[in-house]
Amino acid sequence: MHKMISILVRNHPGVLSHVAGLFTRRGYNIESIAAGETENPDVTRITIVVAGDEAILEQVTKQLRKLIDVIKVQDLSYSRSITRELVLLTIYSPVDKRAEVINTANTFGATVVDITDKTMTLEFVGDARKVNTIMRALEGFKVKEVARTGLVGLPLESQIEGSLNML
Amino acid sequence: MTTGKKTGAQIIIQGLIDEGVETIFGFPGGAVIPIYDVLYDAPIRHILTRHEQGAAHAADGFARATGQTGVCMATSGPGATNLVTGLSNAYMDSIPIVALTGQVAVPMIGNDSFQEADIYGITIPITKHNYLVRDINDLPRVIKEAFHIAKTGRPGPVLIDIPKDIQAAEVRPRKIGSVRLPGYSPLTKGHPRQIEAIVQAIKNARRPVIYAGGGVVSSEASDELRKFVQKTRIPITTTLMGKGVFPEHDPLSLGMLGMHGTKYANYAIHESDLIMAMGVRFDDRVAGNVQKFAPLAKIIHIDIDPAEIGKRMAVDIPIVGDLKSILAMLNQKIQAQDRKRWLNRIAHLKQEYPLTFDHSGPLKPQFVIQTLSEMTKGEIIVTTDVGQHQMWAALYYKTSEARRFISSGGAGTMGFGFPAAIGAQIGRPDMTVVALSGDGSFQMCIQELATVRMHSIPVKIFIFNNGYLGMVRQWQEIFHQRRYSHTHLEFNPDFCKVAAGYEIPAFRVTQPAKVKPTIEKALNMDGPILIDFRIAPEENVIPMIPPGGGQTDFIGEGEEE
Repeated sequence: MHKMISILVRNHPGVLSHVAGLFTRRGYNIESIAAGETENPDVTRITIVVAGDEAILEQVTKQLRKLIDVIKVQDLSYSRSITRELVLLTIYSPVDKRAEVINTANTFGATVVDITDKTMTLEFVGDARKVNTIMRALEGFKVKEVARTGLVGLPLESQIEGSLNML
Repeated sequence: MTTGKKTGAQIIIQGLIDEGVETIFGFPGGAVIPIYDVLYDAPIRHILTRHEQGAAHAADGFARATGQTGVCMATSGPGATNLVTGLSNAYMDSIPIVALTGQVAVPMIGNDSFQEADIYGITIPITKHNYLVRDINDLPRVIKEAFHIAKTGRPGPVLIDIPKDIQAAEVRPRKIGSVRLPGYSPLTKGHPRQIEAIVQAIKNARRPVIYAGGGVVSSEASDELRKFVQKTRIPITTTLMGKGVFPEHDPLSLGMLGMHGTKYANYAIHESDLIMAMGVRFDDRVAGNVQKFAPLAKIIHIDIDPAEIGKRMAVDIPIVGDLKSILAMLNQKIQAQDRKRWLNRIAHLKQEYPLTFDHSGPLKPQFVIQTLSEMTKGEIIVTTDVGQHQMWAALYYKTSEARRFISSGGAGTMGFGFPAAIGAQIGRPDMTVVALSGDGSFQMCIQELATVRMHSIPVKIFIFNNGYLGMVRQWQEIFHQRRYSHTHLEFNPDFCKVAAGYEIPAFRVTQPAKVKPTIEKALNMDGPILIDFRIAPEENVIPMIPPGGGQTDFIGEGEEE
């Protein structure tokens, strides 16, 4: 089971260490972590994806709430949230493969951001499902390098499940 | 000091005075010289220990004995890292401490400067909260917050790391208002619906047992607990941390439970149909195997820390809040009860599985502790180190008040007991303080004999000397076919001569007949003294449940299986 946790923390140096350290110390595994300022410069939002059974996930949330610099902890269920990840991916694409790569990229709304004789770098944004799908579609090509931001998310204001969130 | 500028060091000391701090345990060094300079004229007593670890443990012992926040101080780098064990110990047992450490000057941070260590990073996992102050303007707020955080909610240690240039800088300090920490607001009042559920559960229970721990001590809920027990007639067992929250001489007291608890406490838990867990965390030394813990019982868990509920044990009725107020509410709602049948069963269990030891042969540690317990009626403060003597003390020293039995629970820190006794004695100069230690444990903070001598701290030190790291030896005997790998302390100093070196009187006791008169002499003497009790070398702590065992899986010498 995976869980996405959105944490609002006071924006001081060292707060990320407190949060990340908690996971290490308690033996929880962070699958992805992303942090950035919010509309309030004194507040940072950290989005963490963590795996574990229900009891572990409940403990994670409770332990996070104990940290003094943590203002708010929200469970973001995938179905009621907007989640996005940015991926940059460089693949070996000799000239004869280029059309195929661009085709695949276009199908998923990915953008070509760099090209050399041998490689092509793509950029794409989406929720976990979309990112996984593109990654799988590109499996046939030799991947040189990947950089992923980790998921960020917000609760779905409109509370409409499904369609809007699919993109 | 009314108008004008103040140095960081002056702001720090003023902050401590404003928080009511009268005593600091510490050890100076280069990076705290400005603070020590201000301390020179300040109305705060400084107890110079001989090692920073001693300072941290003493602050901890002070906090446990008084209920106030203990304060310790050390310089940067090695000074700060020497506090780490003490902070970890306080963290595991939820003891309020504020630790001040010097740090290299801000521009030097991160350069591997002389005596630099990232104590902020190092102590993240072992403090409730910590600070690295990079701006002198933050100092007044940080000090106020630190004391607030240490003492409120579930208490714990807080560290403030202060670079030397911040201590020396000058600023016109701004007034600070009350502490504002968005996101930090510990719940205190219990939920009324849950309280109602507890009342119902007690009404329906036929074999209820209370399992009380350190949370009762930190919430100062002993009086409410006593009222509750007398009204409901529910037998009560306590953890090591909960010793004294209920009088151990009372027939309703089951003593300690768990790995080295009394058999009757563990059997009572096993047969119970309702466990009321108060301020406890189902530690593995108590509930070795949570699957086998109280298999027939509904579990009520009352704790101020929501994260403790459901951490190790699935709970039927959880309630988050301060025990004192929850018990007061329960006392109003609950009706007096009479539990003849269950209490008869408890009496029977006590008769069938009494807590006893074999008096024959060489001097028995249990006998020494029992004698001390009887002579003092459990009315003094006892601190312990960690190991066999600690468990014998937990079993045979009976006390009737909280904050009278001070011991390292969660962390199991050897070396804790003696400096903790120093802190306890400073905090409670009106009380007799006895430090119970082992020959192994005592040598981990033996240098604090100088502290005791220098400040004329009248702590009585009892060493249970068996020439072994006794608890580890016991495990090696039971689980490793008597292969005593490196637990035989083949060279021990002559503790009486060591004491003499510090000008502290000392006695050696080898005969049971000498126990009482020597203790009497020690308790009547002014000033510190040391007694070296030469005890039976291979005595074991019985009863014992192996790690991970169920509540009735006893092992050990002379047992039925």
